[in-house]
Amino acid sequence: MLSDTEIAQITHELQQVPVKKAACIEALKIVQQERRWVSDESIEDIASLLDMSTAEVDSVATFYNLIFRRPVGRHVILLCDSISCYVMGYTKIQNKLMELLHIKYGQSTDDGRFTLLPNACLGTCDHAPALMIDNDLYRDLKEEELEKILKKYE
Amino acid sequence: MERPLTQHIPASGAALHIKEYEAVGGYTALRKVLQEFTPAEVTARVKDADLKGRGGAGFSTGMKWSFVPMNVSGPKYLVANADEMEPGTFKDRWLLEGNPHQLLEGMIISAYAIQATQAFVFLRWAYKDAAREMNKAIADAYAAGYLGKNILGKNYSLEMQLHTGVGRYMCGEETALLNSLEGKRAIPRAKPPFPQVSGLFGKPTIVNNVETLSFIPHIMNNGGDWFKSLSHTADGGTKIYGVSGQVNNPGAWELPMGVTMRELLEEHAGGMKNGFRFRGALPGGASTDFLTDAHMDVKMDFAGVAAAGSRLGTGTMVVLDDHTCPVGFVHNLEHFFAQESCGFCTPCREGLPWTEKILYALEQGHGTYADLDQLDMHTKLLGPGNTFCALAPGAMEPLQSALKYFREDFEQHIKEKKCPYAHHSH
Repeated sequence: MLSDTEIAQITHELQQVPVKKAACIEALKIVQQERRWVSDESIEDIASLLDMSTAEVDSVATFYNLIFRRPVGRHVILLCDSISCYVMGYTKIQNKLMELLHIKYGQSTDDGRFTLLPNACLGTCDHAPALMIDNDLYRDLKEEELEKILKKYE
Repeated sequence: MERPLTQHIPASGAALHIKEYEAVGGYTALRKVLQEFTPAEVTARVKDADLKGRGGAGFSTGMKWSFVPMNVSGPKYLVANADEMEPGTFKDRWLLEGNPHQLLEGMIISAYAIQATQAFVFLRWAYKDAAREMNKAIADAYAAGYLGKNILGKNYSLEMQLHTGVGRYMCGEETALLNSLEGKRAIPRAKPPFPQVSGLFGKPTIVNNVETLSFIPHIMNNGGDWFKSLSHTADGGTKIYGVSGQVNNPGAWELPMGVTMRELLEEHAGGMKNGFRFRGALPGGASTDFLTDAHMDVKMDFAGVAAAGSRLGTGTMVVLDDHTCPVGFVHNLEHFFAQESCGFCTPCREGLPWTEKILYALEQGHGTYADLDQLDMHTKLLGPGNTFCALAPGAMEPLQSALKYFREDFEQHIKEKKCPYAHHSH
């Protein structure tokens, strides 16, 4: 069931758009903001609120890279794997992260602290390699800094 | 040298707030336009400046606006495409984070020109600082009377909203962006009808790039001839160029349109890092053909880069050095394009993963000469005219030019049954 806060926020979005469906992406963002991911149940709840079929809502949810349809950890690490970061050696950062966290792409640490995901270009190519953790951008990365960076997140 | 777009952005990159923007002449163009210009006169001036879209396609901005039907009532929309996601591109971030009001003023004037009722900034999710600054700028612009009902007391009203995306390269394509703004999957729409006639929610809509819109206040203040005089070549204005890769000073600079590749690489990017040799560069993001040593004196404008067999694209260059495998480089690009294909049309959905797999096999030492024929074939069958939108043809540009300029590298992978480069060991 959606919370009162979620329903209030989605209702507010519905007032901004000419047709209910147009609030679909915003609704998904709102739910994910509250729960970190979007479950099958939430998809059904959003669908009934927006007069859409669950398949329709899910087709939107699964299209976008930043809507998570599986549970994620408390902090999501998005490592840029696009071309400038490739040239500047992001794979070293990738290997070090996987070694430190004992996980691969798409997995979460056992303590639920981190999820590691590859990500398309972060638009900071003059400071490659780069990654984001939650809302924080880290640039000009070096392997030896990673441990310290991860320590900031509980 | 004039740098109208970036001259007021502090070196720290921190945003110019409303008072600071007003203090350097901000919003004078809007005042002037609302007092002295009819919408048609705004469009005429932008046409006269021959401003070409900075998002990658280089289409005439004034021409685009002139397709909007003016004698219809009901909603019309203006959208700033701030979904910068072309790999290797980081120019709009600078303008969004550093001078949000310049973009807003450009949008309000552009919206007036097409008599739009509502404007949207469609912002890349990853640009968190830009989102914060844009939200503040929009609120401040409302409070100052630059947005909302009867702007500056005149008979023109405009609402403005920030929309942050949820990550998909397709959103950069304007009709896919409109689908996304409507809450749908970002798949491209059939054209015609063009968005100028039937766009967002079926209403007339203009989608322009951030850099393009940021020029509008300056063109209104200074005129078309001034705009043309900023450039070294026939394509007017300045351009935000960028360089990334193994160079001494990667970054972005606002320079006269038409600087040479040599000037960009050597003067501004500081040349190659010690121990690295230049082999080639994508001049304008991931979906442009390689240029090589032979093209160092090419003037980086729309016509110059096109004559050299590539595209100016976004003007942000990615450099390939001699320690980086060209096959691995292109594999990285095709992985991106295969992943970001919306899957709507078959050649793109099926063809891109195929090229990605072939390139991976080559990198792993499992490639054959027949694979090169397959890659050649794909560059033709996924080329212009065979797919629904420009994503796959764009994806083929670096591949076809890599096959042309770095063929010996591809063949070496086949002969030696391995990648000859020590990957990422630098």
